[in-house]
Amino acid sequence: MATPDAQPTEPARWRDLDMLLSRPGNLVAASFDPSPTLRDEIGSFAEVLVVGAGGLGCELLKDLALSGFKNLHVIDMDTIDVSNLNRQFLFRVQDVGKSKAQVAAKRVMERVSGVNIKPHFCRIEDKEIEFYSQFHIIVLGLDSIEARSYINSVACGFLEYDSNDNPIPETAKPMVDGGTEGFKGHARVIIPGTTPCFECNIWLFPPQVKFPLCTLAETPRTAAHCIEYAHLIKWDEVHPGKPFDADDAEHMQWIYSEALKRAELFGISGVTYSLTQGVVKNIIPAIASTNAIISAACALEAFKLFSGCSKTVSNYLTYNGLEGTHIKVTEFVRDKDCLVCGPGTLIELDTSATLSQFIKMLEEHPNLRISKASVTHEGNNLYMQSPEVLEQMTRPNLSVPMFELLKEVPCATVHATGMAENNGKKVSSLRKLRVAFKGVIGDSKMDTTESS
Amino acid sequence: MATAGVVAEPKTKYDRQLRKRVFDGESIVFIILRKSFSFVNLRLVSNVDEGCLGQPRAKSICSFLQELNDAVKAKFVEETPATLIDTNPSFFSQFTVVIATQLPESSLLKLDDICRKADIVLVAARSYGLTGLVRVSVKEHCVIESKPDHFLDDLRLHNPWAELKQFAKSIDINDKDPVVHKHTPYIVILVRLAEKWADAHDGNLPSTRQEKREFKDLIRAHMLNVDEENYKEAVESSYKVSVTPGISDEVRQIIDDNSAEVNSSSSDFWILVAALKEFVANEGNGELPLEGTIPDMTSLTEYYVSLQKIYQAKAEADCLAMEHRVKDTLKRIGRDPDSISRAYIKTFCKNARKLRVCRYRSIEEEFSPIVSEVQRYFTDEDYSYAMNFYILLRAVDRLAANYSRLPGIFDSEIDEDIPRLKTVAASVLSEMGLIGASLSEDLITEMCRFGGAEIHPVAAFIGGVASQEVIKLVTKQFVPLRGTFIFNGIDLKSQVLVL
Ligand SMILES: [Zn+2]
Repeated sequence: MATPDAQPTEPARWRDLDMLLSRPGNLVAASFDPSPTLRDEIGSFAEVLVVGAGGLGCELLKDLALSGFKNLHVIDMDTIDVSNLNRQFLFRVQDVGKSKAQVAAKRVMERVSGVNIKPHFCRIEDKEIEFYSQFHIIVLGLDSIEARSYINSVACGFLEYDSNDNPIPETAKPMVDGGTEGFKGHARVIIPGTTPCFECNIWLFPPQVKFPLCTLAETPRTAAHCIEYAHLIKWDEVHPGKPFDADDAEHMQWIYSEALKRAELFGISGVTYSLTQGVVKNIIPAIASTNAIISAACALEAFKLFSGCSKTVSNYLTYNGLEGTHIKVTEFVRDKDCLVCGPGTLIELDTSATLSQFIKMLEEHPNLRISKASVTHEGNNLYMQSPEVLEQMTRPNLSVPMFELLKEVPCATVHATGMAENNGKKVSSLRKLRVAFKGVIGDSKMDTTESS
Repeated sequence: MATAGVVAEPKTKYDRQLRKRVFDGESIVFIILRKSFSFVNLRLVSNVDEGCLGQPRAKSICSFLQELNDAVKAKFVEETPATLIDTNPSFFSQFTVVIATQLPESSLLKLDDICRKADIVLVAARSYGLTGLVRVSVKEHCVIESKPDHFLDDLRLHNPWAELKQFAKSIDINDKDPVVHKHTPYIVILVRLAEKWADAHDGNLPSTRQEKREFKDLIRAHMLNVDEENYKEAVESSYKVSVTPGISDEVRQIIDDNSAEVNSSSSDFWILVAALKEFVANEGNGELPLEGTIPDMTSLTEYYVSLQKIYQAKAEADCLAMEHRVKDTLKRIGRDPDSISRAYIKTFCKNARKLRVCRYRSIEEEFSPIVSEVQRYFTDEDYSYAMNFYILLRAVDRLAANYSRLPGIFDSEIDEDIPRLKTVAASVLSEMGLIGASLSEDLITEMCRFGGAEIHPVAAFIGGVASQEVIKLVTKQFVPLRGTFIFNGIDLKSQVLVL
């Protein structure tokens, strides 16, 4: 409405955004400092990471670029599949097979001048923890609970606590998380130490219900039972030692034909190829407009968090479009004992305990049970399980006492990455640990903390 | 993020066709005719996408849309929407849906009138600073496939028909074979035990809380072992025996609607409703046609498949009876008895419990709402922001009509615009019959601060909601928004107002 039709100069182009950023208001964050240069300051200062370049990620990159953010990064290990084209609107037929992150970054930069997007075509676990520390805000557009959980633990890992176990606000790395399933979705703001983290409310994401194996083997009743029989039982019987690959069309075809045979045998109807794919890959149909709504909410919250130009959502929004447009905001509370965003699990060590003994303790610790842990301290690798080069480089540390490795301080915070059980599944996890050395002067604080 | 197969449903395909999420999309009347679109806009691209600066906006949007999906036919008209509404109202009659974005109140009123007369769905969307709205307007929208999230299975355990009873009798629920016993489906257990209960209670089923508890005990008494899943399911589903027979109030209202008195100009939907009314009164014995599907439950495959067939057969018989009623009805009103397809009747029968009729007041009618409703919204803490925004969004258009600009456009005049907006808002309130009601000073100030700014994520949110509603309206699946959705971009607590 307010934009003139003439060739715009740079400020004219952003005039609408500037109105919001340059004028004082009554319903704004305490930190809001309105100024005609605020947009420029945000643009040049803020580093934002978008995790995922799929249905949500494409929308997020566009929304953030058009909200004045200029330095964006995007990380996604996937390549573009032809089935993505109906809603991941930055991709075209000729892009099939290319990296989602790279194509998405290029497309948005072509359309919005002045924005710089750095793509990362890799797994989120492939990046060093320090990679994530450069961002002021992390926006998640993911469809997997495991990936969310991982990024959440990384971001919460940066949170430091003072000597009274109060979180230090300056160390909090905010996240905005979005997710959709069909006509439903959620958008939430996570400020570690202030609002609940992903793990505090993990119960919001109940694990997938699996069919009992005896049903699959003996009394199948539905098409899904026949498909899961072929997928979970028959495949291994017929192809011992050959892992099933859901992305291999021949494998999928085999599952489909086996499921069909079984369905015929038991007089069950409804096995189709698309259902087979749906069941095996656990696909929930994605709808473009739901993605648009949720991403827009996430981008708006990121923009408001950064600029302070309004309040932010507290702290969890759900959208349901099945019947009308139903939006609900719920204020969840933190789990004070959260292993991820809390002060960290306390581990008491003898000054003689070596790194390899420490790693063994993590495996046996009742609350942690991290197997094959890699350990870092303030960004330095103490021991890395992989890659091989790093493993070789850090192997000598294994026999060195932790007290020595941690420069003989009475207590320190270290991070351990490894496989741990989460929501009934073994997934790669990051845990923050507070190491205290027994009998070392200066650890008075640790004496009062209950040993876990 | 790998997705395939399942997503290629018509609705998602449609979705993509209906998208307007190109990089700049303001002040456009955006019009849909199934697979083709027209855009009406006079202004040139001036904002963000530098590749098309200076081109007509409607034109560049068409080319973006075709880039997204080359099956889309997109046309553009270089004209201001207001002029077109005033000078060529018949232009709109070619469309199924008209989406009006950022249209001021006066033009919207006229457009709504044009669309209503031609039975066209109008969706109005507005993005304004950190607020905005989406409103649906159409005389009537009937939904067969409303696809609700949680809906009670149609098992008829309270009123089993002969074949179901007979099948239940053929299975000995006291069979001591542990494999058979723990694989007897709960439908069979409940039919048998409900009968047993009724025999001991003068033919009545459990209805009081105490009786329901005793009925559960009766089920548990038949367990051979505590870990029999089928008996656990039977206990959990025991309430299904006690459901109220007959039809829900919502469906009753549809059946009793005046439109169910059909004539030659009635729509297929209402002809089916008329047939349904007769079915309920006759072969339905007070019940709707059976849905015909059962949920998964612990069972021997053989028992489960037999049950599926029994339910399917009853559903087919009901559907056939409905088909006869539909043919008779069509004959009676002088239409070809075969003019409604079997497939349509079948879908209708399967969804008979979930029918929805949405009727919308016109925008003009909305402007004189029921005072008590508005007052209720104002005093309800959850709705008061939405109500404030609603009034203020109307007030800014009034003010713009007087001053030829929106309030707060110029930094220098914000201070004067605040009391001006307050005065205009007060007149909107009093027109609605709300004399003495007052608006939040903070929100009045916010509206002036916004100065009509279009903030991209807000526009994207509003555009997303509008597209979602258009998909539902065009595909006639799911239930569309029933009123005006007010976006609250401050704390995201948005609401729907039905005025
Ligand atoms: Zn937590």
